[in-house]
Amino acid sequence: MSETILRIDGKEVSASPGMTVLDAARRAGIDVPTLCHHEKLEAYGGCRLCMVEVESRGKTSYVVSCTYPVEKDLVVRTRSERVDKIRRVIVEELMAHAPDAPELVRLAAEYGADRNRFEKEAIFCVMCGLCVRYCAEVKQEDAVGFIENGPRREISFIPERAAKVCWDCQECFAICPTSYAQAAYMLTEALAFPGRRKPDLAKKVFRVAKAAS
Amino acid sequence: MLKLESSAALQNLRTDILARRDPARPCIAVCAGAACDGLDSVAVASAFRTEIAERGLEARLDLRVTGCHGYCEKGPNVVAGPDDVCYFEVTPEDVPGIVAATLEGGVFEDRVHKDPLTGARAVHMNEVPFYMHQTRLIIGDNPKIDPMNIEDYIALGGYGALAKALSTMTPDQVLDEVKRANLRGRGGGGFPAGSKWETTKNAPDETKYVIVNGHEGESAAFMDRAMLTGNPHKVLEGLIIGAYAIGARKGFIYTRHDAPRLVEHVKAALAQAREYGLLGDNILGSGFSLEVELHFDVGIFVSGESSALMRSIEGNPPEPRPKYIRTSVQGIWDKPSNLNNVETWANVPQIIARGADWFTGIGSPKSKGTKLVSLSGHVVNSGIVEVSMGTPLRTLIFDIGGGVRDGKGLKAVHFGGAMGGSLPANLIDATLDFDEMSKLGAPIGAGGLLVMDEDTDMVEVARYLLDFLVKESCGKCVPCREGMWQMLKILTNIADGMGKKFDLDRLADLAEVTSLGSLCALGKTSSDPLKSMLRYFKDEYETRIAAGRQGQ
Repeated sequence: MSETILRIDGKEVSASPGMTVLDAARRAGIDVPTLCHHEKLEAYGGCRLCMVEVESRGKTSYVVSCTYPVEKDLVVRTRSERVDKIRRVIVEELMAHAPDAPELVRLAAEYGADRNRFEKEAIFCVMCGLCVRYCAEVKQEDAVGFIENGPRREISFIPERAAKVCWDCQECFAICPTSYAQAAYMLTEALAFPGRRKPDLAKKVFRVAKAAS
Repeated sequence: MLKLESSAALQNLRTDILARRDPARPCIAVCAGAACDGLDSVAVASAFRTEIAERGLEARLDLRVTGCHGYCEKGPNVVAGPDDVCYFEVTPEDVPGIVAATLEGGVFEDRVHKDPLTGARAVHMNEVPFYMHQTRLIIGDNPKIDPMNIEDYIALGGYGALAKALSTMTPDQVLDEVKRANLRGRGGGGFPAGSKWETTKNAPDETKYVIVNGHEGESAAFMDRAMLTGNPHKVLEGLIIGAYAIGARKGFIYTRHDAPRLVEHVKAALAQAREYGLLGDNILGSGFSLEVELHFDVGIFVSGESSALMRSIEGNPPEPRPKYIRTSVQGIWDKPSNLNNVETWANVPQIIARGADWFTGIGSPKSKGTKLVSLSGHVVNSGIVEVSMGTPLRTLIFDIGGGVRDGKGLKAVHFGGAMGGSLPANLIDATLDFDEMSKLGAPIGAGGLLVMDEDTDMVEVARYLLDFLVKESCGKCVPCREGMWQMLKILTNIADGMGKKFDLDRLADLAEVTSLGSLCALGKTSSDPLKSMLRYFKDEYETRIAAGRQGQ
């Protein structure tokens, strides 16, 4: 099938059919921030950071680039006053939960976000769903899922599943933007199936510390 | 009952039903709508049953337990036929008097409507101020129908529009009639139903679905429930006609799991329609077949959002999907799925029966037909109202609603439910019109009209509505989950006298980003009440913040 030509930030970009605006932008070397996107996973459209301004048939609208399909002659602006404002406020909202997450700190600097703008509640998870979706889509294990809704939503390891599969995997720890997945797993392990973790390492650390003093 | 195998058979059945009924024999209709039920209309109905049995009046008097009549404020409602004498606030003690008066063709004076100021009495339905300014085209049959009995609906000409469509019209002609009627979706957006039908009809997939969205779940919106509980066959008839026009073989009615009477009535309606050959294989011998399944929500408000609703029907959690493709093209299991609200479907039979020209004769230039409105708040008469589109809000509040309670002044009206907007009292000459109300920032939306008196705290109103939405968000996307939660915290602080001077800027930013950035309609419109507050009542917010600071 033939390539589609669209304009992103004034640059003519060619994209293959089925690509999203985010794919096309990244292929052309244009950076668009994301938190919930992962190339191995189905697009989720949850963090809304990849929102861009598009002009199509004379109409300007704001769409999330990770799910918006490329179309012929589409004009895309990945930065504008409004786009930047959306990203800034989203980062500020997330920093109410995880003010020191490295990716949020980096985005805050780029978009001028104030980490103290909104009232804090330290839950450290930004609900990007990477762990949940990675476990379901790539590992096909469903050892971690979402529970509750709205602001009470949280990730939860399912003890029966986690006890069987997480020990030898732990791959979601690396893709978590805040390390909360690891913390949640450790808590589940400690509460639901303790005893597996050998105390050797702790003893070793203790010995080293003692020798140094 | 043998299956009806043709339109003529339906007509014969109707003639037969009417022949069995004596039009002069009085019938007492006891409302069992949600409000009257709460006022123990069950006791009233059983008192009537006992009275009729004890006096052996079965041959002289009929009793019918019906859906909502509309005048919830004055429940339990009783209407005594044949000439529609209305009795209000009826107790079991009134029953012998009403029965005696009805048999004599007289009136039981104690329970007829009296004007609170002049004492003027209003006996018949068309004389009662609450009813006389209404145009009750789709809810008006409720007092005449026992929702558990399909023959009551057929006796009123029910399923006649379906018979007409199947035997004399092609699917294209049906679609064309609905398009010409300019029927706009009653579920919120006011999108033309005909165009939506056409999109699904023209989508390439052979398998198509039609859906009734009966998931009404916010405070101050209760008319879809009254419609679907009180006259389920009208909605079902609309759905079957729509399925025929669109080419769907399968339909769904999606509604709340926690409304037991509604569920009972819809289940009975589906079973009876199947038994009579009005649903299932080869409907009325036309060759057209449709199966309809009842499906329940999982208890959160966002289930009513179209893509979340369809995910729920698939058996997935009700989270809106992020795709930029309409559900009318790719909906349930990625098949074209046409979803309309209860009230929209209820309008379809009359459009087919009476024609688009008749329908477009009612309403305002761009909004046709009538609109159901749930009237509540600080109003004298709360209830379910049906008026022509284009009716001024003033008529709704004062002529029908009887004005503000306790002689207080009107401060504002909130229109459109939890995602609607509040308008100040000086704008109540605005008319009930999709476009006009949208422009004012109070879109018709869910159709709830909340009257607010002079003592209403507008900060508290916004806080209350947001508190509801925060709990009902699915929590998938950041702007909705976090934005609403932060707005709620700020509003709570302002209401508690702890507002800060930069709060209005923070609220404005949060409102803007929540509406631009959210994934679905719930998030996108969640800040509409707050936006209307900042548009019309900003002074009150500023004063509250300033007063709070001084108090500290």
